[in-house]
Amino acid sequence: MKDWPLWEVFIRSKNGLEHRHCGSLHAADAQMALENARDVYTRRSEGVSIWVVPSAMITASQPEESAELFDPAADKAYRHPTFYVLPDELKHM
Amino acid sequence: MSEMEIKSLEERFNQRIANDEKIEAKDWMPEKYRKTHIRQISQHAHSEIVGMLPEGNWITRCPTLRRKVALLAKVQDEGGHGLYLYSAAETLGISREELIEQLLSGEAKYSSIFNYPALTWADMGAIGWLVDGAAIMNQVALINTSYGPYSRAMIRICKEESFHQRQGYEIMMALMNGTQDQRDMAQDALNRWWWPSLMMFGPRDAESPNTEQSMRWKLKRKTNDELRQAFVDQTVPQAELIGLRIPDDKLKWNEDRKHYDFGDIDWEEFWQVVNGHGPCNKQRLEARRKAHEEGAWVRDAAMAYAEKQSNKPLRVAV
Repeated sequence: MKDWPLWEVFIRSKNGLEHRHCGSLHAADAQMALENARDVYTRRSEGVSIWVVPSAMITASQPEESAELFDPAADKAYRHPTFYVLPDELKHM
Repeated sequence: MSEMEIKSLEERFNQRIANDEKIEAKDWMPEKYRKTHIRQISQHAHSEIVGMLPEGNWITRCPTLRRKVALLAKVQDEGGHGLYLYSAAETLGISREELIEQLLSGEAKYSSIFNYPALTWADMGAIGWLVDGAAIMNQVALINTSYGPYSRAMIRICKEESFHQRQGYEIMMALMNGTQDQRDMAQDALNRWWWPSLMMFGPRDAESPNTEQSMRWKLKRKTNDELRQAFVDQTVPQAELIGLRIPDDKLKWNEDRKHYDFGDIDWEEFWQVVNGHGPCNKQRLEARRKAHEEGAWVRDAAMAYAEKQSNKPLRVAV
């Protein structure tokens, strides 16, 4: 028999924080994926909320295309605060 | 890809590892790196799953409810650790089905320690204290391994596992504070588990042909002998503290080396067990096969149910 579908698990550790990817698991359906995620990834109260996403639904960028993909950001130092030279006397800005 | 291209990719890859960069699942990696990682991570996963058997065997016979909830939680953790590790192995392009098949067919190895029987309640103490202690020593070293998914699984596992060792030591301590029979039981368990625990670190460095490559890939951060020595140094005082005697006449503190010297490991026994002739090899695999076969209808039923429900909308994430 074939494997159950693969799901990616995201956990919010407490309100105010984002859901973070914490791993993956196999489950027959979304409900089972949620329950398995609870059992596998939150046995010690690590979470207050769980997302499960079918792994097949994720579109990922390719590492070998990273250079081109992220290139537009490489020469835009003016997007960072330190690009702007201001007098030292000016404290917090 | 031409040989030249592969060579330059490989050079860049080695440089990334030398710079302590992590390798992630979709990154280019040498085929041998992929294969070695699949083998090591899956062996590790199988060890967690087979490791549930000797202790699962004692859950119904725990002396108190406190011990029972602890042992249940420990065995449940091991199931979870197996899952983290299988998932990490799957990122390298092998399916769960293939991994399980390799275990059940006997093609894949798992830690030999689980081919020894857990004969008395004190064995639950010795396993937690020594076997988990040795495993933690290995795993802490692996937190800095180069493959990202493996390293992340190790972080999670190490965090969860420290209670395993403490509950084991507490069992030994309780027995050593008990009657003469209980103290004898604890000593007997140490006598039986000590040497197999030292074997958990694998062959001596001189006889471990993969060590050099694994160190270069940071799949290993310390050699077998270094880890074994650290384990002995850490464990001897723990035994003394509760009045247990390490079953090794050659064990002696070496002031020059600042380490304990210890006796010779029976490597013949080690290879016997690795090659399938330990006391419980057959029994362990049969138990796994039986569980897998008897669970088949549950897996099928869950899938059939999921297909039936598949038209219902999923709950929307918020």
